[in-house]
Amino acid sequence: MTSENRNEGKSAVLVLGCPQVPVQTGIALYLISLLKKKGVKAVVAGNRAARLLVEVSDPERHYVGEVMDIDRYIGDIAEKNRHFDYHFVFIHNDAGVSYAATVQALTGTTVIAIIYGEHFQEMADMIEFPCEKIAAKAVHNPMPLKNKLDEVLPWVVSNL
Amino acid sequence: MGCIESMKYEIILRDASFRECREYIRTNCREYIDVDPGFKIFEKHIIGVPPISIGFEGDVIIFPFTKPCYGTFLMKIEDRDEAERIRRFAVKNTK
Repeated sequence: MTSENRNEGKSAVLVLGCPQVPVQTGIALYLISLLKKKGVKAVVAGNRAARLLVEVSDPERHYVGEVMDIDRYIGDIAEKNRHFDYHFVFIHNDAGVSYAATVQALTGTTVIAIIYGEHFQEMADMIEFPCEKIAAKAVHNPMPLKNKLDEVLPWVVSNL
Repeated sequence: MGCIESMKYEIILRDASFRECREYIRTNCREYIDVDPGFKIFEKHIIGVPPISIGFEGDVIIFPFTKPCYGTFLMKIEDRDEAERIRRFAVKNTK
């Protein structure tokens, strides 16, 4: 059975943070592409600016599917109106850690934290709840984080 | 901030960390409760690392409010009905 078949019908959500760190949008699109190859349908949740950056970067919607407001996403998982198999939370500040902790507490599933930015180690050290961490010092250059995703994602998607 | 933004509020801490908010409430509020993330205040699901502390000064509710780009604010809003509703939900910690 191929990994695409194994993941047929599975869904993921990418919970975007504030788009002030340049790598976020590129890494989000790259991650959607990786997930798509594995047969996982990805939804993007974020604030207006983060959503628009993703949508404008993929005008023909080759990668981007459903996008939703981050507050609606939190409301939907809190009220059990939506289910996702994988929750990827983008973290580069304290608010990102708070969102990841909230998603973990509401869903009881292992959140996948994508940690980047100038203070990535400090952010990673703040996380004390059960979580898969994919972390790299990436601010303008996405390659350190892309390489980490390439290395870890196959394991994450097949084991969670 | 949705409906919270349209209410009369006071900001105690701006761009704070979740830890700073918890410590402020526990140090400065005579009465507080601990809730889990997702607990609703003014119809909004609260975001944070558990335990999230919510403080009271009579009818005034003191709580953290997180937005992706602005970090966490520690806010104060007076609302008797909401304060009573929240008090009914959780075990109180009174100093």
